[in-house]
Amino acid sequence: MRRVFIIAVPYLWLLALFLIPFAIVLKISLSDVAMARPPYLPQFSWEAGWGAFLSQLDFENFTFLTTDDLYWKAYLSSLQIAATSTLLTLLIGYPIAYAMARAPDEWRATLMMLVILPFWTSFLIRVYSWMGILSQEGYLNQLLLGLGVISEPLIILNTKVAVYIGIVYTYIPFMILPIYAALHRLDSSLIEAAEDLGCSRAKAFWLITVPLSRNGIIAGCFLVFIPTLGEFVIPSLLGGSGTLMIGKVLWEEFFNNRDWPVASAVAVVLVLILIIPIVLFQQNQQKQNEAQS
Amino acid sequence: MPECAFAPWTDPGAEPLIRFRNVTKRFGDFTAVRDLTLDIYEHEFFALLGPSGCGKTTMMRMLAGFETPSSGHIELAGQNIVPVPPNKRAVNMMFQSYALFPHLNVWDNIAFGLKRDGMPKDALRERVAEMLKLTHLERFARRKPHQISGGQRQRVALARSLAKAPKLLLLDEPMGALDKKLRQETQFELMDIQEKTGTTFVIVTHDQEEAMTVASRVAVMDEGELIQVATPSAIYEAPNCVYVADFIGDVNIIEGAAHRAGEDRYTVHWADGQAPLMAASDKAFSPAQNAFLAIRPEKVLVTAERPADAVNAIQGRIHDIAYLGNISTYHVEVAGGRMLKAQTANTRRIENRGFTWENRVWLSWDSTAGVLLER
Repeated sequence: MRRVFIIAVPYLWLLALFLIPFAIVLKISLSDVAMARPPYLPQFSWEAGWGAFLSQLDFENFTFLTTDDLYWKAYLSSLQIAATSTLLTLLIGYPIAYAMARAPDEWRATLMMLVILPFWTSFLIRVYSWMGILSQEGYLNQLLLGLGVISEPLIILNTKVAVYIGIVYTYIPFMILPIYAALHRLDSSLIEAAEDLGCSRAKAFWLITVPLSRNGIIAGCFLVFIPTLGEFVIPSLLGGSGTLMIGKVLWEEFFNNRDWPVASAVAVVLVLILIIPIVLFQQNQQKQNEAQS
Repeated sequence: MPECAFAPWTDPGAEPLIRFRNVTKRFGDFTAVRDLTLDIYEHEFFALLGPSGCGKTTMMRMLAGFETPSSGHIELAGQNIVPVPPNKRAVNMMFQSYALFPHLNVWDNIAFGLKRDGMPKDALRERVAEMLKLTHLERFARRKPHQISGGQRQRVALARSLAKAPKLLLLDEPMGALDKKLRQETQFELMDIQEKTGTTFVIVTHDQEEAMTVASRVAVMDEGELIQVATPSAIYEAPNCVYVADFIGDVNIIEGAAHRAGEDRYTVHWADGQAPLMAASDKAFSPAQNAFLAIRPEKVLVTAERPADAVNAIQGRIHDIAYLGNISTYHVEVAGGRMLKAQTANTRRIENRGFTWENRVWLSWDSTAGVLLER
């Protein structure tokens, strides 16, 4: 009985907060836009019954997505931005995680704290601060001009570069923590054994450290890639109008166009795209659990 | 000692394989190894023995190249190896934790070092097969380390470190993780492998029995210094100080004042009103010098009556008997509340034993049974 209860809680949670809302979004994506409140038809009524309600649903919003190249370009651009920023986060996060795992014991708790510290302030405030840093009159340009490194202010804000900076900055803890966990478990005598058997330091890193932190790398990449793909706040605040991302398109459909059915269709397709990496991620986690037990 | 015995350390012309010369290693203000000089010869099975923190592991890590001496130098086959990094040394190490690569199977673990040397594929396959055969692991070649038992893992670690045919193999507590029975079997296997391959082995251990079993010579260490370096039998029969006598096996230490009583003979006055003990020693003691008489329990005879011809005999009361099956250890209280241990083989059935708890017995031994030590 207790076991059933323990298992039921997360499933009910998932049902109430993910599956039911998703079903509603799916239903809206099959509806038609209307000047009404809420702004779509049909509305379910008991007099008309289920048959009449279901017969009014169709897939024309999804067909519409294929007619305008804005949508597939936005999906593609989102995938590209998510992939690039995942790679950048990995390249920056791995050395940090490595250094943390190698740091003396008494430093580790502090370093871990520093990685988590940004979460203590609002995400929005942190992204706004980047606007202050990256804008043409921002601190970065002032510093570089002051040092004489550049003579003209750099244009960073409202470019893809700013989006990458924002994403890497925001999501790097999600990359560092799983890699750190993997490296932390790594027995340092394995590296010594590799050196003893004829490896240089660099070779031992490639042959031992990297393969043994593979699960951490995979977990970190998915944890960054999945939320980045649908990211809205960072591209809209830092990327300006030039950055096309599906999260932004979604927002504009909902709030500027008030076309809820098309916006819902965009969201449904996004979920379908995300299912692939999420399933792969789950498989990786499962394999990792099996290897440990 | 017979002429044919392996004892290069007695030959002044023999060139040692390893030479520690005044090696000191400090970690901060802690001195792990203090001004240590030691020669180890080719084909030796050399044991570094001592309690934890005595510097034996530091010695081994300096040989492997993971630590550099703070001063002094280390030679391997006549060449100073201090500046040589671990991956360039003809030295391999078997780690205490085995340090098997968990993502590689047994075969790949053993082949790891050979691949780094760029050995041709056929030769490599042959060498790995040879190593698998030597360690009886043929059936487990495709398994991952977590799919085999502790004893098998230990053998993989050994095979991997031997695969490159190093001049010197270092073994860091190689049997620490095995249970007692497996450990004893493995000790003999290890000696076999050492003989077959002719590799020089240096083993680090805190288990004196293991050191005595496998080694051709044992170095007893304490607080970063060598206390005694000798063959197992010399260490046991002729320890050079109380520390060594006490560290290796069981021993009775009787403290007293030594007086010369003829050539190479001393009397030891150990308690008031008791006859002095007679001990042979070729060391010189000044009159009434404080000395320690070390006698192994198995060299002490327990009898109900005083043996007529006994040189040394003390009367006492049996305080405790530890029955171990093949042998029994008697704890006998003698003058001044001092406790002495005596060991006898149980050649008779236990109910035929002549004495039991609280009985008064005589402990006796010969004048050459013990060793007289200065400190």
